[in-house]
Amino acid sequence: MKAYLILDDGSVFPGERFGSPKEVICEMVFNTGLTGYLELLTDASYAGQGIIMASPIIGNYGVFTEQSESDRPWADALIVRDLTNLIGDVRDSEDLNDYLIRHDIPGISGIDTRSLILTLREKGTMNGMITVGTDYDLKACLTRIHAYTNPCPVARVSRKTAKTYESGAFGRINREPGMSRPLDILNEIPYEIDPAVTAKYKIAMLDFGLKQNIIWNLTRRNCEVTVYPWDTPADVILAAKPDGVMLSNGPGDPVDCEPIIPNIRALYESGVIVFGICLGHQLVALATGAKTRKLKYGHRGINHPVKDLAADRVYITSQNHGYVVIDETVDNQVAEVSHVHVNDGSCEGLRYKQYPVFTVQYHPEGAPGPQDSEYLFDEFLSRIDQNRGQNR
Amino acid sequence: MPKRTDIHKIMVIGSGPIVIGQAAEFDYAGTQACRALKAEGYEVILVNSNPATIMTDSNMADKVFLEPLQTDVIKRIMLEEKVDGLLATLGGQTGLNFAMELDECGFLAEHQIAMLGTPAAGIRMGEDREEFRAAMLRINEPCIPSGTANNPEECIRLAEEIGYPVIVRPAFTLGGTGGGIAADETALRQFAASGLAASRVHQVLIERSIAGWKEIEYEAVRDAKGNAITICSMENFDPVGVHTGDSIVVAPAQTLTDMEYQKLRTAALKIVAELGIVGGCNVQFAQHPTQVDYAVIEVNPRLSRSSALASKATGYPIAKVATRIGVGYALDEIPNEVTGTTFASFEPALDYIVTKIPKWPFDKFVKARRTLGTQMKATGEVMAIANTFEASLMKAIRSLELNLMGLRVPLMMEMTDHDLWPRIKQADDMRMFAVAEGLRRGFTIDEIYEKTLIDKFFLKKLVNIVNMENAISNMKVLDDTLLLAAVKMAFTDTWIARLSGLTVEDVRSRRKELGLIHTYKMVDTCAGEYRAVTPYFYSTFDMTNEAPRTDRKKVLVLGSGPIRIGQGIEFDYCSVHSVWALREMGYEAIIANNNPETVSTDYDTSDRLYFEPLTADDVRAIIENEQPEGAICQFGGQTAIKLIKAVSDMGVKIFGTSADGVDAAEDRKRFDAILETCQIKRPNGTTVKTAEDALQAASELGYPVLVRPSYVLGGQGMAIVHNDGDMIEYMRIINLVEQENPILVDKYLMGVELEVDAVSDGHDILIPGIMEHLERAGVHSGDSISIFPAYISERIREIIIDYTRKLAVALKVIGLLNIQFILYNDDVYVIEVNPRSSRTVPYISKVTGIPIVDLATRVMMGAKLSEFEYGTGLYARYPAVYAIKAPVFSFEKLHDVDTSLGPEMKSTGEVLGLSTTYSEAMYKAILASNFKFPPKGAGILMTVRDSDKSDLVLLADRLFNLGYELYGTGGTANYMNKHGVPCSIARRVEEGHPSTIDMIDNGTVKMLINTENSNSNDDREGFRLRRHAIEHGIATITSLDTLVAVVECLERDLKPGDLKPYEISVFADIVAQTRFNCLPLNEMPMQNDMLKK
Repeated sequence: MKAYLILDDGSVFPGERFGSPKEVICEMVFNTGLTGYLELLTDASYAGQGIIMASPIIGNYGVFTEQSESDRPWADALIVRDLTNLIGDVRDSEDLNDYLIRHDIPGISGIDTRSLILTLREKGTMNGMITVGTDYDLKACLTRIHAYTNPCPVARVSRKTAKTYESGAFGRINREPGMSRPLDILNEIPYEIDPAVTAKYKIAMLDFGLKQNIIWNLTRRNCEVTVYPWDTPADVILAAKPDGVMLSNGPGDPVDCEPIIPNIRALYESGVIVFGICLGHQLVALATGAKTRKLKYGHRGINHPVKDLAADRVYITSQNHGYVVIDETVDNQVAEVSHVHVNDGSCEGLRYKQYPVFTVQYHPEGAPGPQDSEYLFDEFLSRIDQNRGQNR
Repeated sequence: MPKRTDIHKIMVIGSGPIVIGQAAEFDYAGTQACRALKAEGYEVILVNSNPATIMTDSNMADKVFLEPLQTDVIKRIMLEEKVDGLLATLGGQTGLNFAMELDECGFLAEHQIAMLGTPAAGIRMGEDREEFRAAMLRINEPCIPSGTANNPEECIRLAEEIGYPVIVRPAFTLGGTGGGIAADETALRQFAASGLAASRVHQVLIERSIAGWKEIEYEAVRDAKGNAITICSMENFDPVGVHTGDSIVVAPAQTLTDMEYQKLRTAALKIVAELGIVGGCNVQFAQHPTQVDYAVIEVNPRLSRSSALASKATGYPIAKVATRIGVGYALDEIPNEVTGTTFASFEPALDYIVTKIPKWPFDKFVKARRTLGTQMKATGEVMAIANTFEASLMKAIRSLELNLMGLRVPLMMEMTDHDLWPRIKQADDMRMFAVAEGLRRGFTIDEIYEKTLIDKFFLKKLVNIVNMENAISNMKVLDDTLLLAAVKMAFTDTWIARLSGLTVEDVRSRRKELGLIHTYKMVDTCAGEYRAVTPYFYSTFDMTNEAPRTDRKKVLVLGSGPIRIGQGIEFDYCSVHSVWALREMGYEAIIANNNPETVSTDYDTSDRLYFEPLTADDVRAIIENEQPEGAICQFGGQTAIKLIKAVSDMGVKIFGTSADGVDAAEDRKRFDAILETCQIKRPNGTTVKTAEDALQAASELGYPVLVRPSYVLGGQGMAIVHNDGDMIEYMRIINLVEQENPILVDKYLMGVELEVDAVSDGHDILIPGIMEHLERAGVHSGDSISIFPAYISERIREIIIDYTRKLAVALKVIGLLNIQFILYNDDVYVIEVNPRSSRTVPYISKVTGIPIVDLATRVMMGAKLSEFEYGTGLYARYPAVYAIKAPVFSFEKLHDVDTSLGPEMKSTGEVLGLSTTYSEAMYKAILASNFKFPPKGAGILMTVRDSDKSDLVLLADRLFNLGYELYGTGGTANYMNKHGVPCSIARRVEEGHPSTIDMIDNGTVKMLINTENSNSNDDREGFRLRRHAIEHGIATITSLDTLVAVVECLERDLKPGDLKPYEISVFADIVAQTRFNCLPLNEMPMQNDMLKK
């Protein structure tokens, strides 16, 4: 069915509806990645956002829910150029359209995504709407589009109860012919346990909308990971005596998480090793007195070059963030910038001086995206090892 | 890391002549490398034997040596020039092999010449099968079960271990020469023999066949610090088994999940790190279609055809970046020229899809085996960019110039299901069309998948196109919704009209009424994330146009499309020079082309690049968008010239010779009338349509006659016919394809062929030089050894100048003109006039120092020849030099193609020999063409037709006196012995063992002299013998004229190390200084003395 994508600036893009037929208003952001539409849809950092895929042909291999980044898709909409409908897949992959219908997420295809992206690049990220049909009152729509806000989405996407993943747990299972499609009724992502992986570390993870592959990266590296709701008090977490704390990625403006800043402060002040990713990185920065700002159109893709200043090496990273730590506001008594974006020089990593804390703005877990920066997980664990050595 | 300051003078080794597996991509890579090095302030010394390239232009390097690529030649130049750096990873396998040889023999170390880029150890690790496997084992990357073998018995033992079917891959070869998939021992023995012979190190890899896995490639770039990125992933339409050069390829990979994609990407980066790559590297994987399994197929530790494709597909200039890395820069220190604000250390993001389809020579070599396997057969390729797979495929198909506009092939539509299925199963050049035809008939995707293992993603997309074609052909009146959907799939107005039966005008006007106008999008490396400045565009039917018209005066230059036999890299050379001239003159130069391998499709060659098919519809759209002052169709070979009428009819001014002038040269009647007015002779002839007419014409003219279709390039379908039987056969074959134009039948004159290229301003002409063909008329000019200057009398020279001027004026030629003459009984006949650029333009341009294309372009834009410094008439009248062009063939890659030369062109490339003496120039040319001179005392097998026997006697005698062991088949041997030349009798195959074939097998014979029997039915054995010789790497001579030159070379006994290298600009200076001198009398060329006496 014909429909339109309307942007806050009044521009209108014609297309065809797919997925859920409902109307949607959300913030429109674009991702330049070539692969990984499922990982993007299920990344909770996209809660409240519609994802515009720069890569033109989407849905080519269907959906393997085992490879999701959370137990459900969180993005509010999917905007593509050309949707592929799957036929007779030997692995019983689910058609992307069916998947979106099942999860009541609207999509629109046939969009001139490049024009749309250039608009956002020039004017900055803005809200938008996907109409139900071809009848719409532009003025009324624009009022509603303009009014749209996405307050503290973290509260919405975070776990409500704690959950522990055993060491050796692994997901992203490759479905082979004959294997059945896992049940996917808003329950947990299926995973298996590799008994050969022994438990050596106990990690506490604060879930701001975490990507599952962060967990798999840790459980593969001999970690038992307990995931806590975003607003869990620090003393509850510390009472479990974790070897390290991870602050996950998550959606929205970091300032919205103001209420839990004292928790974060309490965590690192306890002396526990802390590793923050994305929103986690921003929250530690806020807790230590730095400021964040919104980027014009964000960094969303899997080709972002980041320089590790200490190693003098450039790594290609997976990124998904609309906000960034303003490096001028980082007190160099408190922390130093460890990683910068090669293209725009923005702050991509901080190492703290008084506390055993290091954080990065990008996604070392990839999914989607390069695995080049997984060394950061190793660094996290070797810091724990060192810490143990010192304490012994 | 800043650039190296310890080196100053860098040698770049080019890839030599165009052969199958090594084409124009290395001109693109080498040109980028030379320019990058010069920009960094290094002195650049270039060696390459290929005169048709941009990289061998004198201004591309500080010194350009158009010399044979031979180790001793390269060493000598290195020492004389005192180079201290060597960049060899941009000259294909050829350049790399020389670098490895120079390294292995200690030459580089001895003379302290630094090998830039990937160190030799890394290259060896990537190229040597066993070292590579060991490396993969170290880093835990899976390889396909395999082993190396150095003899046939080892091959068989290994295959039994691994299990059939097995793939045979020769080590150190390009394009998989000599390899193949063997299902059993018999087949394996055959491939083992050819594979071992083809390998530089006599080694082959035997590996398990993993048919049905996806073939995925990554282009990786790594710097000396260890930063590594992948530029592009590519996925083959055909599963593993078809050489990637022969596969339809899409970029980026379409059917991989992120997990699969990243796993392969990480593996690619691990591999380039282990090899220590400093620069570019191609990594090929096989990915299991459903399991996590993958295997590393191979790497190319150098720039390759795939890296050229990746460069054009992404806009990322891999060759330039690899060069900068080679001189010391790190990836994050090299700016991204496309955006101007970002750096080379990022991975391009694509918001479109690219489809590449190979261009195979089977339309020329109708008898060649068309099946595709591990040995590459394509001569070139086309690429198309669009934002759906369907549209990119449709564009790529029409770029092939197969007279196809979609997936419908009439011949296949007529096949029975029974006949169609084998065509679907068999991987060959037309398989995709057979698959489409099957889908049209309702064969299911599952059925076809089962037989082909082509990913269902691609099959599904083919169904979309097939359905659209069906819907359009069922459309009685224009349906707007359908029209919209069809144009978005890149259906042209013409295709929609042809399918629906509506007129093109109706389709076009309705389309425009609906606002469906071509809009152009930019290739910007970053999917729109950053502002970019690349003027590199592809068409869509989208909302915004990113190529708005500028207010500058502009000219559109039509390119030459894919490299094919008869239309090679020289036309890209011409297009590029035309564009450069226009830019210098202040015009905005716009180029349209679809060949990803070339310099013309580099985004910084022109002011604007339209990467589009070259059909009337696509060109019309560009013209509507740009509204140029005019178009230039003279430089893009037949591709561009055949569009001249359509472009002219659009109301666009044609700069240069008009469409009418082109028609006058092509139309037999009009041309004859012009010749008559000018009082110029031509061989008698007529035009025919039917076999009856042809027989009638032949009987009037008298055999032998030359027959050919009109309006073709490269002598396609041309033959010399000696009798009625052959004439009937010829007409039968030629009329299998519907002929738009009549067939020309001409009296065949066996004389000396002379050729000129000239620039005409409509009044004056400038002929840089006259060339003479070594082989007598009848061998296609592109396959002849061409000698500059021609050795002709003053009278003939004047006639040629006079005829050229007359024809230029009569045809109203503005710009370039190529004429072929025959000197017969001391009289000059015109055989062909082409009012366009020709194959010889780059070569004659370089050796005379006259920028022919630049002059032609300026003349086309209104300048007069008298305004330039080169004068008019014949420029190099008596230059004291010889510049000899020799053809290069790719016969070893094309089974069932006859190696015998005739009027139909067969060569894929060419080389040049330059000297102040004839014999040295000839030796250089033949040496550079990879002719393997037989060693002293070796056996030479002779079997020639009766009419050649008397001419052979003298030549055979000279060979005998040189100490060669002569063998001949019955008739030839008897004739020789009777005339006093000792010659042993060799048995024909039917005469039992040891036969001629055995003598090749056992190494007795090192050269074959065989002239084709004029009656093709009697020549089966000759054909078999010639093929056998080629497949065993035995030098073969099929014309006694060629033999004359070879014998001369053997007598002079020159050695590569003795050859004096000439820098091309110095050579041109000698021409300029001596052009009015008389020929040096101490050196009487002997070319054609047999004919001229």
